[in-house]
Amino acid sequence: MELLNKWPKYYKKDVISHYCPGCGHGIVHRLVAEVLEELDLGRKAYLVCPAGCAVLAYHYFDFDVIESAHGRGTAIATGAKRARPELFVISYQGDGDLSAIGTAETIHSANRGENICVIFINNAVYGMTGGQMAPTSVIGQSTMTSPEGRNPEVDGYPLHITDVVASFPGVAYAERTSVATPAGIRKTRKAIRQAFETQVEGLGYSIVEVLSPCPTNWKMDPVTACRWVEEEMVKEYKPGVLTDKREEKRKEKG
Amino acid sequence: MSKKDKVFTVQVRRDFCKGCGLCVEYCKKEVLQVSPRLNRLGYNPAEAANPEACIGCLVCTQVCPDLAIEVYSG
Amino acid sequence: MDKVFISGNHCIAEAAIRAGCRCYFGYPITPQNELGEYMAAHMRRAGGVFLQSESETAAINMVIGAASVGTRVMTSSSSPGVSLKQEGLSFLAGFEFPAVIVNMMRGGPGLGNIAPAQGDYFQSTRGGGHGDYRTPVLAPASVQELADLTVKAFALADAYRTPVMLVGDGMMGQMKEPVTFPEPIDPETLPAKPWALKGRGDGPSRYQASLILDGLEMERHNWKLVRKYKVLAEQETMYESYMMDDAEFVVVAYGTTARIAKGAIKRARKDGLKVGLIRPITLFPFPDKVLRELARSIRHFLVFEMSTGQMVEDVRLALENCGVEINFHGRPGGVIPTPVEFSRVIHRYYRRM
Repeated sequence: MELLNKWPKYYKKDVISHYCPGCGHGIVHRLVAEVLEELDLGRKAYLVCPAGCAVLAYHYFDFDVIESAHGRGTAIATGAKRARPELFVISYQGDGDLSAIGTAETIHSANRGENICVIFINNAVYGMTGGQMAPTSVIGQSTMTSPEGRNPEVDGYPLHITDVVASFPGVAYAERTSVATPAGIRKTRKAIRQAFETQVEGLGYSIVEVLSPCPTNWKMDPVTACRWVEEEMVKEYKPGVLTDKREEKRKEKG
Repeated sequence: MSKKDKVFTVQVRRDFCKGCGLCVEYCKKEVLQVSPRLNRLGYNPAEAANPEACIGCLVCTQVCPDLAIEVYSG
Repeated sequence: MDKVFISGNHCIAEAAIRAGCRCYFGYPITPQNELGEYMAAHMRRAGGVFLQSESETAAINMVIGAASVGTRVMTSSSSPGVSLKQEGLSFLAGFEFPAVIVNMMRGGPGLGNIAPAQGDYFQSTRGGGHGDYRTPVLAPASVQELADLTVKAFALADAYRTPVMLVGDGMMGQMKEPVTFPEPIDPETLPAKPWALKGRGDGPSRYQASLILDGLEMERHNWKLVRKYKVLAEQETMYESYMMDDAEFVVVAYGTTARIAKGAIKRARKDGLKVGLIRPITLFPFPDKVLRELARSIRHFLVFEMSTGQMVEDVRLALENCGVEINFHGRPGGVIPTPVEFSRVIHRYYRRM
């Protein structure tokens, strides 16, 4: 008998994650580990995990990991990458981390075109703190701090931060995907690979925004949560490649 | 031997499964079902109820957030 | 090496590069802009990194990133900017990452002004950010000392795996004095940092965690830091004694204020007053032992500060139950006292002896 889905080399074996049933983090973690193995990058990988549900990601990732203060992932990633350019640097962040408290760090690391990869988990809610409204919460979405549903007159509009940074000349690659369906998962894997290759080629900043279910805080069962991503979230956040300037960047580099 | 003649074996690592049911939902061949018995974590894990129907597409392993499913060929 | 006539801010930058600092991250704020500007002009020549960040918060987190991979790294700012860095300082202390943070203090609170002040003594010596930690704090009083203590700060940071603060003010930063720089250190020759994250290679993976959910483990980490601070206090406390041989009255002052106090003491000595100075060079660890020893024979202590009275609390703690008189004279808010003013104050308290 041959095992068809081999255990990813850079994912710790036999650890039960702390994530809730049906949480998208587990899927994205596995994809990150798989692509690192595929591109043989695990030996020099350095991942910054955020304040948020993924704060304990080092229990699962079997390569070097550091935690960051809330929102500062890409500043730490910048410091590490600038100090040791030979490292393969990833900042793994959630929507509160990346698009609320860390907005300045996100915008400026992207604008500098830092040669780092950002994995951005968008689940439209603050997960670890118990389901409060995030900048990415969709209009009408009921959360612990928008019990009547997000009202743009009071709470403003969902923030499309990946679209914002995609417009920057320093951002070589930006894609939005979802992990709510098998096809979405395959696309996410491909997007992560494109992003990782962007850094390997030295082309600059790359970001993959992953629409990811949070069944617990959405108060849905996992299957319904995946449907909500596919039916509601994608209306606000359309999946697809948001920018691909890799060819121009290659020419610039000569 | 053509692919459809190949035999596949699905194994759910019972105590790593949190019973989210995504594999059950996305398996087109209805190989998996949610077990009525609780596992050590206190979840109703997935189990291969209809193993001979497996075509080795690995979708269940892709949607599993907990790396709890192993698929073997032969 | 020959003496160089150089300003304080430039001097710190040059000394840092010579100490093997290879990353500098900072955000402009007066009165320390020349430090970053010097780094911009010279760091790349040394094969290092200069990056102007989008904020002080980002700068200190870039410092964390560079420190985590084992690079000697520095950031500098002034009071309001250092407030923004406190989050990162807490993380650096918790991670036990070496880094050097310069604070050229200015008048406050709030935006205050850009004149010399010492109002950030509490913030510097009490940890500053959240949580139970301290930061070693070095307080130079001449441009030569800025050079020497910058080099020392990097050595302490590495040896004790801690962020180290170097505090001065606009006076220290702007004035020019002759300086002899130490020979440059090649960072490649520094002791290895086995804890640094450099990619797992063929070895096991590692992580640096700041979240310690287990209460007992977090407590152990706190006590571990305390043990480190005790060793620092035993081995690294520094102070200068000035005209103390026959002194019957002790002035305690640091940094710019100590220079002014020296002028005042010279004047008082001419008038026949037996006054000396203890100048703490490390503000944390504080030189409390020497003060206690002095209190066996000397009963009168006078603290000068450019604040409303912050270091004076450490003097009081040091001399608790010693039965001595401790007086304070301060000028906060960016007002620079003069030697004449200080000598008048010395006369006033001396007469009461």
